[in-house]
Amino acid sequence: MILERIKVREQDPKVRSTNFEEVCLGYNEAEAVEEAKRCLGCKSKPCVSKCPVAIDIPEFIKYIKEENFEMASEELFKHTSLGAVCGRVCPQEVQCESKCVLSHKGEAVAIGKLERFVADWHRKNKPASTTVRENSGKKVAVIGSGPAGLSCAGDLAKKGFDVTVFEALHELGGVLTYGIPEFRLPKEIVKHEINNLKSIGVKFEKNVVFGRTINFQSLEEEGFESLFIASGAGLPKFLGIEGEGLNGVFSANEFLTRANLMRAFDDEYETPMQIGNKVAVVGGGNVAMDAARTALRLGAEVYLIYRRTEKELPARVEEVHHAKEEGVKFVFLTNPAEITGEDGWVKGVKCTKMQLGEPDDSGRCRVSTIEGSEHIIEVDSVIMALGTRANPIITELKNDLELNEWNNIKVFNDNGKTSAKNTYAGGDAVTGAATVILAMGAGRKSAQEIANNLA
Amino acid sequence: MYRIVKKKQLSEKIFLMNIEAPRIAKSALPGQFVIIKLHEKGERIPLTIADYDREEGTVSIVVQAVGGSTQRMETMNEGDHIMDIAGPLGKPSDFIEEFEEMKDKKILFVAGGVGSAPVYPQVKWLHEHGMDTDVIIGGRSADLVILKEEMSKVANEVYVATDDGSLGMKGRVTDMIDHLVKVEGKKYDLVIAIGPLIMMKFVALQTKELGISTVVSMNPIMVDGTGMCGACRVTVGDKIKFACVDGPEFDGHLVDFDEAMRRSTTYKEKEKLQQFKAEECQCHRG
Ligand SMILES: Cc1cc2nc3c(=O)[nH]c(=O)nc-3n(C[C@H](O)[C@H](O)[C@H](O)COP(=O)(O)OP(=O)(O)OC[C@H]3O[C@@H](n4cnc5c(N)ncnc54)[C@H](O)[C@@H]3O)c2cc1C
Ligand SMILES: Cc1cc2nc3c(=O)[nH]c(=O)nc-3n(C[C@H](O)[C@H](O)[C@H](O)COP(=O)(O)OP(=O)(O)OC[C@H]3O[C@@H](n4cnc5c(N)ncnc54)[C@H](O)[C@@H]3O)c2cc1C
Ligand code: SF4
Ligand code: SF4
Ligand code: FES
Repeated sequence: MILERIKVREQDPKVRSTNFEEVCLGYNEAEAVEEAKRCLGCKSKPCVSKCPVAIDIPEFIKYIKEENFEMASEELFKHTSLGAVCGRVCPQEVQCESKCVLSHKGEAVAIGKLERFVADWHRKNKPASTTVRENSGKKVAVIGSGPAGLSCAGDLAKKGFDVTVFEALHELGGVLTYGIPEFRLPKEIVKHEINNLKSIGVKFEKNVVFGRTINFQSLEEEGFESLFIASGAGLPKFLGIEGEGLNGVFSANEFLTRANLMRAFDDEYETPMQIGNKVAVVGGGNVAMDAARTALRLGAEVYLIYRRTEKELPARVEEVHHAKEEGVKFVFLTNPAEITGEDGWVKGVKCTKMQLGEPDDSGRCRVSTIEGSEHIIEVDSVIMALGTRANPIITELKNDLELNEWNNIKVFNDNGKTSAKNTYAGGDAVTGAATVILAMGAGRKSAQEIANNLA
Repeated sequence: MYRIVKKKQLSEKIFLMNIEAPRIAKSALPGQFVIIKLHEKGERIPLTIADYDREEGTVSIVVQAVGGSTQRMETMNEGDHIMDIAGPLGKPSDFIEEFEEMKDKKILFVAGGVGSAPVYPQVKWLHEHGMDTDVIIGGRSADLVILKEEMSKVANEVYVATDDGSLGMKGRVTDMIDHLVKVEGKKYDLVIAIGPLIMMKFVALQTKELGISTVVSMNPIMVDGTGMCGACRVTVGDKIKFACVDGPEFDGHLVDFDEAMRRSTTYKEKEKLQQFKAEECQCHRG
């Protein structure tokens, strides 16, 4: 048993903190084969039990061992359409890799990195399929082009439906395009995936907002027989503290959208960006890490303020590690109480120190404020990365689409059936902010059910 | 790509465009706006839907050339194409849903400068539904009073006020409101004011004193316009609202205008800030 992973090549932290190119360079063929050899091919497949879409991990890894990358990719694509994405962004350490038997004694097999290798190999070596199946003429509409929408559309097209994806923005890909930065997920990968879908006959209409431009009735009039809503999570949350209305306070979504979707950091693009020399990012998830590392790449000194400790950070371990290497300054057990300003612009964040207490019902430690611990961190911008709440365009739709207790779309079975006729939903629009793989899995399940019902 | 089918200069810096966008034309209602991105590397800018023709499949916008994108747009002509238009965005005006309750009310519209563009479809919609309203159009001078002819066809009475007296009454829209209410003794149940923030602020202060409910249409900086980014947030009655999905129309007596005016300067270079304020103030302070 080889206890240590084959190291994956990465850009030097000093260099990469000034560019937007991908941080992790991935395995080459020889490295992938070496890493694959560490897999014991366990009969009971404990790793598979923790993959939300049950990829047959030992099976695709077996083909890597045999240097049969083509079969490896075929095996992988039985279960996932977004291997190149999930291999990069899945929180593997709490999913598949957390159950790898090797992790008891040493390091888990680098399942994510191997998945990425296989999908990248396929993208580089195999021309995209262009076999458009005869479609049955039965029309299905998909709302939103994030991972849930894309995977649902892809499966339905393969099953012979006439699928149109309606996207509100001017670019396709959802969070993969406007949220997750280039240095973590090159946009070329997302584009490739979308081109594949186009080549098998999926139609895309951009700049169309469901609930505004089109609605249930207009889609029915256009002859759509079923509908999958994958509109993602909604409005960014703010803390509701004094000073949040000052100039220089942004949501992470705004900041990342300006950077990723609008390319505001590139002078050739017209969208402006206003990020100071010292930036505070509030939050501890992937969104917070992405905002912090993007601000860093734009030349700022970045403080990441989180109210618990490093152990509780919800972000992927790899991102936290990378953020630290690049020079993001983590400020733990600290909570913003007020944003202070001067002439209407941010001047600093007034914070209090926090302490961890007893775990609550959910097992998470409660935090409480330490009296008299107020102090000011001087910054000129504050980026809030606090999660999202449901988007009113969807929740205020006037029809019989029932919502759940968090105001997200309510589903009545595992396949995303909603209370509205012939309508399914999945991804963040149902679960609230979650993960790419869960969104993809939801899209595929709904595709299956839609196909069964329309057959 | 969306084709410009008609372009017309309304004054020196204000122009109207009809753009082919059948899906938007089909679903647009008064009070809503579009987001336009002119070309590949352009920014997303919000513009109110000034009119729509469902048959022709076009929407009209009335634009004031103030900066990079709107100036570039001014150079575009009939037959040219705009890369992206999304909409209709925002909620339609409240009176559309509450029309039954509104029918017997007296409404006064107050349009400042390019604010005539969003006011026009509202007045027209009400006219088409059998309700004629009064409209005040304000501008610095006669050439900045736009859509007066169009408005006259659908309104009960159109009153004009210019700062320099070159058209209509000499004075600001707030002076005209005073005149109508105090001198002519008119009674209004609702004022709908759309124009520069500073104008809406002073109209709201005045109508609060006069005890008339007031709706204003906010125009904060926006990016996506779909409720995803939070750039457009405004404080209304101590709550954070997102103008692109909760608005753009809000209760004028609850909006924090000072914050909104400050936030609208986020992307102005600091030295330009004073000049910008001065420009706006001249024309519409009450
Ligand atoms: C910055 C950031 C980093 C993240 N990092 C990770 C990570 O490392 N790993 C991970 O697993 N997950 C990560 N996530 C979460 C993950 O991206 C989401 O869970 C996933 O993208 C959800 O997919 P979705 O298809 O449900 O929605 P989305 O990806 O949000 O796509 C929804 C699409 O629908 C469109 N839309 C919305 N409303 C409408 C409408 N009314 N009409 C038409 N179109 C509409 C939107 O414009 C969007 O394109 C991250 C999220 C963010 C924001
Ligand atoms: C809901 C709404 C409806 C609007 N309707 C109209 C209209 O019908 N006609 C019209 O002429 N103008 C309208 N505006 C304002 C218009 O969007 C701005 O004038 C335009 O974005 C300026 O862009 P620019 O590049 O030409 O100027 P810039 O030099 O970029 O900006 C000039 C000023 O415009 C404002 N502005 C800049 N970017 C944005 C943005 N992305 N969103 C909002 N404001 C911005 C800022 O206050 C800025 O200081 C509306 C704005 C909103 C929010
Ligand atoms: S999809 Fe995610 S959880 Fe499943 S095997 Fe791949 S990396 Fe692991
Ligand atoms: S648990 Fe680990 S070693 Fe066993 S099959 Fe899965 S990846 Fe391979
Ligand atoms: S413009 Fe982004 S949320 Fe309103």
